[in-house]
Amino acid sequence: MNEREKILTRIREALKVPAPRPGTHAPASHLPVPGVPSLPSLRVPPPTAAPVEARRWLPKVGPSFPEQLALFAQNAADLKAHFQVFADWTELSAALVQLRDTENWQRVASHQSELSSQACAALQRPVCWTDQGYDVLAMESCDVGVTECDALIAQTGSVLVTSRSAGGRALSVLPPHHVVIARREQLVADLPAAFALLKQKYAPEFPSMMGFITGPSRTGDIERILVLGAHGPKKLTIFCV
Amino acid sequence: MSTNVAQFQEAAARVTADTRQRQFIRTALGNYEIARDKRKAAFQSWESARQAAALTKWEAVNHLDTHLEELVAKLEARGTKVHWASNGTQAREIILGIFAAKQAKSIIKSKAMTSEEIHLNEALEKAGFEVVESDLGEFIVQLRGEAPYHIVFPSMHLTRGQIRELFAQELGSTSSDSPEELTMVARRVMRHKYITADIGFTGGNFAIAETGMISITENEGNARLTAALPKTMVTLIGIEKVLPKLEDLALFLPMLATAGAGQPLTCYNTMYGGPRQPGEADGPEEWHVVLLDNLRTELLADAEQRDALHCIRCGACLNVCPIFRNVGGHTYGTTYSGPVGSVITPHLRGLQDWKHLSNASSLCGACTEACPVKIDLHHHLLHNRRNAATEKPAFLERMGYKVFGIIANDPLFWSLAKKFGWLTQPLQKLVLGTALDPARAWTKTRDLPPLPQQSFKDWWKHRP
Repeated sequence: MNEREKILTRIREALKVPAPRPGTHAPASHLPVPGVPSLPSLRVPPPTAAPVEARRWLPKVGPSFPEQLALFAQNAADLKAHFQVFADWTELSAALVQLRDTENWQRVASHQSELSSQACAALQRPVCWTDQGYDVLAMESCDVGVTECDALIAQTGSVLVTSRSAGGRALSVLPPHHVVIARREQLVADLPAAFALLKQKYAPEFPSMMGFITGPSRTGDIERILVLGAHGPKKLTIFCV
Repeated sequence: MSTNVAQFQEAAARVTADTRQRQFIRTALGNYEIARDKRKAAFQSWESARQAAALTKWEAVNHLDTHLEELVAKLEARGTKVHWASNGTQAREIILGIFAAKQAKSIIKSKAMTSEEIHLNEALEKAGFEVVESDLGEFIVQLRGEAPYHIVFPSMHLTRGQIRELFAQELGSTSSDSPEELTMVARRVMRHKYITADIGFTGGNFAIAETGMISITENEGNARLTAALPKTMVTLIGIEKVLPKLEDLALFLPMLATAGAGQPLTCYNTMYGGPRQPGEADGPEEWHVVLLDNLRTELLADAEQRDALHCIRCGACLNVCPIFRNVGGHTYGTTYSGPVGSVITPHLRGLQDWKHLSNASSLCGACTEACPVKIDLHHHLLHNRRNAATEKPAFLERMGYKVFGIIANDPLFWSLAKKFGWLTQPLQKLVLGTALDPARAWTKTRDLPPLPQQSFKDWWKHRP
């Protein structure tokens, strides 16, 4: 018998005795006796039981778009991310160019997709494209990583990225500044909606990395004092058009 | 007395005498509580969320075999190599085997309590590998040659001054003691390591059976980089970490962040479903997932305490525990400290050797109340005490209670004891604090009030 079988056998052996339902702390004498039907609190639902409806317990999100946009903006501000909505592409690219000049960007890392390519064209700086593979040192020396995303989550102020939508795994964490270019239709209400979207968009061939980015990289490991830019980006900018 | 108990008592006495250190920890955890309560209040119903999370974990753990099989099938379908390890030795052999086959020299690690559990770093260093912890707190305690103080905040016991000195000594840094500058020192050191490491090693917070994914929760971005740049990725995860559905994370990710750190969601929550897939820009060419049992199935076999496997390692029970706050994380001498550590360590490392941890509890229940997945922690501490006494009764304690039982059950004996009990007190004074005193552990640090010569009942009868 290999280790897999040994471990699975031990698990099946252990699970022959059902456990009390959470919060009932049934005393040991209530544990089942062979031949005696077990208490309702000891019966475990089958694995096909419906998943919990998390939306009813999680932080509240308003139903309308303006409410959700305002909530996202509020959350982004709390997280020390920079979030801005623009009326059209001209405004957005002007803001990007302004940001480039203020921070003196020399090199840009990005991936080829509609919005990110357009942004790179506006920036007029040498670009390290990740699509066909890239040199890690070259990306590390870039001043900014420009990516698209799958969704913005109003409930938490998060950006949902995947290795397919955002130019791979490293692009959104290696350069010191991460700029996300999103469309306003990409705003979703909450985390359950974000997971539903992932399933609908990708299942069953999910990208190998899917992740929520909630503000710029941070640590509190020294005296629990917040420091931004622990290992990932020090700055997160979300531009929405 | 076993050496574990002696070590615990010595360390507890030393740490509790250090009022400055205790104040430091209390302030840090006080701030955590404020942040956590604010985040809890944002939930429409934190209590219902706890109940839902507990039921989800209950379902998952009580069908562990089915979920594990589904998880592994889905992982393997995307090209991930899955390994099973019954114990720490096997896990270390598997991991060392992968590293040797890859002819690896340097390993970058993101935080994994499972690796602390199997003492992986020592084994790797002995085998000649260079291992660097990338989580800032873990990096700091690694430089100090210490175990993590807390499962979520590994370096919370150190002041910025101590960290500055450590960095100056070990890294030759000339940084001031500002947390910002110190963090940047570590960032610079680590950047180079990510790029040159042969292997990226991670732990995992959840394993999603339905889609075959490992979810990693972090704040710094170190796990994201560890899983992005090195050519080979190795993940070590306990078998109990499974969740049935992808959307279960919608509940667990914000709950872990809230209970663990008082955040709405931690900075990076990432789900990995395989190595680099065709058409993707980067990621490891190979991904190995090592599933670790290491006596988790023993705990599973104890139906009464099975819910201890629901633990998501958020550290909330440590943060609110009056014992943890006063004796500190290192005193426990275990990988998992605090209430949950006191519950599970006897299962993982022997009841008789670790039962003292269950006695070192005020049974106040703060841990049970704080637990986001409703583990019945303080009752389990009682269960451990009961099991330890049943397994190995303490002779003197039993005799003492037997004598007390005889006296308390007989009205005549009881009234005599009440009437003449005070007469024995001079005798007690003679042995007070010496080895002959049966209550020495108690009387050493506390006064025993004099027994009155008249009982309340007598006084009531003859009241003026």
